[in-house]
Amino acid sequence: MLELIIFSSLNGLLYGLLLFLLASGLTLIFSMMGVLNFAHASFYMLGAYFGYQISRYVGYWPGLLLAPLLVGGIGALVERFGLRTVHKHGHVAELLFTFGLAFMIEELVQMVWGKIPVDYRVPELLNFSAFTLFSTTYPAFRIFMLLMSVAVFIALLLLLTRTRVGLIIRAALSHPHMVGSLGHNVPLVFMMVFGVGCGLAALAGVIAGPALVTQPAMAASLGPILFVVVVVGGLGSLAGAFIASLGIGLIQTFAVALNISVADVVGHLGITLTRDSIGGDLWVATVAQVAPIIPYLLLVLVLIFRPKGLMGDRDT
Amino acid sequence: MSAVIQRGGVLTPWLVAAAVVIVLPYIFSSGSSLTMMSLMGFAIVFALSYNMLLGQTGMLSFGHAVYYGLGGFMTAHALNVIGAGKWPIPLPLLPLVGGLAGLSFAILFGWVSTKRAGTAFSMISLGIGELVAACSLILRGFFGGEGGISTSRTSTLRLFGINFGPQIQVYYLIAAWCLLCMAAMYAFTRTPLGRMCNAVRDNPERAEFVGYSTQMVRFIAFCVSGFFAGVAGGLAAIHYEIVTASVVGAGPSGSVLLMAYIGGISFFIGPVIGAVLMTALQISLSDYTGAWMLYVGLMFVLVVMFAPAGLGGLLLMHRPLLAAGTWRRVLPAYALALVPASLLFVGGVLLVETSHHLLVKASEGSAMRVLWIPYDAKSPAAWAGILALLGAGLLALKHIGPKVADAFHGARLEATSKLSAP
Repeated sequence: MLELIIFSSLNGLLYGLLLFLLASGLTLIFSMMGVLNFAHASFYMLGAYFGYQISRYVGYWPGLLLAPLLVGGIGALVERFGLRTVHKHGHVAELLFTFGLAFMIEELVQMVWGKIPVDYRVPELLNFSAFTLFSTTYPAFRIFMLLMSVAVFIALLLLLTRTRVGLIIRAALSHPHMVGSLGHNVPLVFMMVFGVGCGLAALAGVIAGPALVTQPAMAASLGPILFVVVVVGGLGSLAGAFIASLGIGLIQTFAVALNISVADVVGHLGITLTRDSIGGDLWVATVAQVAPIIPYLLLVLVLIFRPKGLMGDRDT
Repeated sequence: MSAVIQRGGVLTPWLVAAAVVIVLPYIFSSGSSLTMMSLMGFAIVFALSYNMLLGQTGMLSFGHAVYYGLGGFMTAHALNVIGAGKWPIPLPLLPLVGGLAGLSFAILFGWVSTKRAGTAFSMISLGIGELVAACSLILRGFFGGEGGISTSRTSTLRLFGINFGPQIQVYYLIAAWCLLCMAAMYAFTRTPLGRMCNAVRDNPERAEFVGYSTQMVRFIAFCVSGFFAGVAGGLAAIHYEIVTASVVGAGPSGSVLLMAYIGGISFFIGPVIGAVLMTALQISLSDYTGAWMLYVGLMFVLVVMFAPAGLGGLLLMHRPLLAAGTWRRVLPAYALALVPASLLFVGGVLLVETSHHLLVKASEGSAMRVLWIPYDAKSPAAWAGILALLGAGLLALKHIGPKVADAFHGARLEATSKLSAP
């Protein structure tokens, strides 16, 4: 049991931090430009695939720098020539544009790299087990992922709270017109934030690609979870996104590890429920099976009962 | 007298549509075209029901397939029960089961999701869509697990010796339901409630001031839309005789959005155009190219960026020109526009096809053909040609595009002044 708790906590923390790498960019873009970027997870996928492609020629480490830069550049171009064109048609058009973009990126990735997962390997340098606890080993690469995510988090925090650029970004979050009136180039700020957000997503892709599976479905499976994080955390709140990321990461990881169903619990009370009783499959479904539902349930509940999210300052 | 004429004016398009639907199988009588037309039938109902949300009430849903899929599952279960118990219910009534299922689930989920509008509504719909898709893997009894629920449409009560075995009979069943639903949905747009939906879309604040609850209007529109989505799902279940868990997923939810938007959401006829076009493309293009989804995505993004009124909107834009007879003025400009359009089209198709061949069919070697013209996918000449086509197309577009727009605006200005003059 202790083993389960320790490893699930570590993995949950790791998953949560990865989510935050993605969610931080998404929530900045969402609260600043009002665009819910459907393609955000697609940039994460592009990062993983670019990293894989680079690692085939020059090894893993250059990809860690190059892939996010490349994807960030693509993101900035998308904002400049795509989103800005669509902007005049309103928020629905912007949302639909990113939706179509996500659709196209998935198709392109399938075309270029195939439908089956690619063999994106953990670098040799980190291909050993960091420690062994209760006869289960923990790979060093996961520790690296953990440290990387924490480092990026701290860097982002410092950038936003301690620099002039961060000051302008935070001002543009709440008062874009005022910032523009003060002579700052708000469209440029938008473009940079969009690019950096996409770059961060790509960095998460390069970090997570070798440990998780790099495949064309990785964007579609992660994308909706990101929205959950952004909404639950609250619009415009990086701290909220951080808490929500960790919370959802931990909930998901622990739920997957639990093999208990309603039938098991009431079984202790002397009531026997099987697949054939009224309600059928509901009672015998284990927590692990229900795990994929939990975030969406949370999303729906939060949007209805607390639209501001955990730490947000306005409604979604 | 005028009432009679007006009534005839309202009925004429529907009579024409009915005649076309009846005659079509005699023109396209092959099995594959019958199947395609059946697919179009329920795609039209599904896309129109979606547009009731997006186009009419301004609610962007990412989970509309939930009601379509659940309607399909309920119809399949009902068919199985009827078949086993020999209940005296004829097949043509079964889409109603799907519709009622769609309606019930729309009442259930709509009650929570229509509390919010805008982006929040979109996200709740996405969440509910994912929720139901995830549930479909847990509740194996209802959703049939991996294999889905299979059924047989021929085991129901027979009326007039029709057993709905042959595709032609299913086609007429689907066509009849399609026409019926289209007429009902069109009638809905003309009711005061339908008008209130537009008001809620355009200016919710003012709608509240007039005394309407925007939430209630959204909720009713959502329920009606769920009903028609369920009918479409029921028709699909009857057509395929199998329903799998993938129909409630994100895939169909996305494709119905594509259909409605590419066709045009601001006109009733738009989603119909979109559904027919997309179904035809899906079936015919997938025979010719493995990259057809990419074309669809590209088309969608282009429509979102440059023609937000959709293809139907582009067509209907010319209505005043036709009425005033100034449409001849734009013809030369349009003929000129064919130059960049065809250059870009051919260049784009060659680019996609050549890269698709190199990347996906790498094992077949680099020799390939597009439209019976063989060439080497790796030859520099081919790539230079593609880039030249695209470059020339863009350049021509830059020159000719504004001229076409000018010609159109000029013709429309003349048309409006002509039409408004007594």
